[in-house]
Amino acid sequence: MAEWAAMKRLLVRVWRGGEQGLYHRFRVPREANQTVLDVVTYIQQRLDPTLSYRFACRVGMCGSCAMTVNGIARWTCRTHVAKVARDDRLEIGPLRNLPVIKDLVTDMSGFFDKWARAGGQMVPTATRKDALARVPPDSRERRAADAGIECIGCGVCYASCDVVSWNPDYLGPAALNRAWTLVNDVRDGARLDRLRAVAGDAGCHACHTHLSCTERCPKHLSPTAAIAGLKRATALAALKGEL
Amino acid sequence: MSARAETRLWIAQRASAVALALCVVVHLVVIIYAMRGGLSAAEILGRTRGNVGWAAFYTVFVLAAAVHAPIGLRAIAMEWLGWRGRSLSIAMHLAALGLAVLGLRAVWAVFA
Repeated sequence: MAEWAAMKRLLVRVWRGGEQGLYHRFRVPREANQTVLDVVTYIQQRLDPTLSYRFACRVGMCGSCAMTVNGIARWTCRTHVAKVARDDRLEIGPLRNLPVIKDLVTDMSGFFDKWARAGGQMVPTATRKDALARVPPDSRERRAADAGIECIGCGVCYASCDVVSWNPDYLGPAALNRAWTLVNDVRDGARLDRLRAVAGDAGCHACHTHLSCTERCPKHLSPTAAIAGLKRATALAALKGEL
Repeated sequence: MSARAETRLWIAQRASAVALALCVVVHLVVIIYAMRGGLSAAEILGRTRGNVGWAAFYTVFVLAAAVHAPIGLRAIAMEWLGWRGRSLSIAMHLAALGLAVLGLRAVWAVFA
């Protein structure tokens, strides 16, 4: 008991409910090297087993644990409490710009549907009988694709984007980043279809270059640069009369 | 609106922005230069009346603004008011026409 009293604790407010709901307060022991995901897991395992949240890999690979932490979208498994807590307080909520299913779990289906709408699937030009494509690692296209290829689909950029909140049809930074990696994939055969899919007021031309996505991306990608690339590529295609 | 039309609008706004950037710089330099001898209508008209060069410059300036501003207003109207479709397109064409007519009338007034 004395040990509990002496223990340093965090005051954590956690969103409970769906679109309508309220923040519940929990006291969680403060540990060294504690991550925000550790805090949520402690609450679910020790204080309230009805708390819903999503995670899988715990090492920043799967992109499933993103939440809003003290007002900012973050991957919680790689976010240390020491970095984000203010006066030992945390406020943890679901990601913005996505429908809330329950507590910290959002419905990501609209987010991924937009990847498909942005032409996120590669359309191969070769068959299994053809030789492997040779893509020089230092070619311009390969370097442009490399810059965006490490996206883990966590939705942090999408939740941080004001244009998404103003225009629900906007494809968003992650889907457009994916499209740009494929536009630069020399093996892909659907370049013009993809450029048509990403042009317009629901696509790359809606971006205001606020850079929130680039600022918040936990993988330090720049969807803004990808979107700028799509603007250039669609403009060139339009000037050539290809769009 | 189609991907091609949207992309063309984007190109038009970027191209008109380039023209406006140059025009605004020239315009500001002239304002500062013109103020040195005191600002008077007579001095301005002395510079612009019958001067084809200034008339051409300000015609380009007006047309660039008439192209640039409505495309930006259109984006704001779509995002903030949820206004879309044909009525928005008509309104923005009218805005472009209004800017062009008022601007060119002013250019003519200081040229003729």
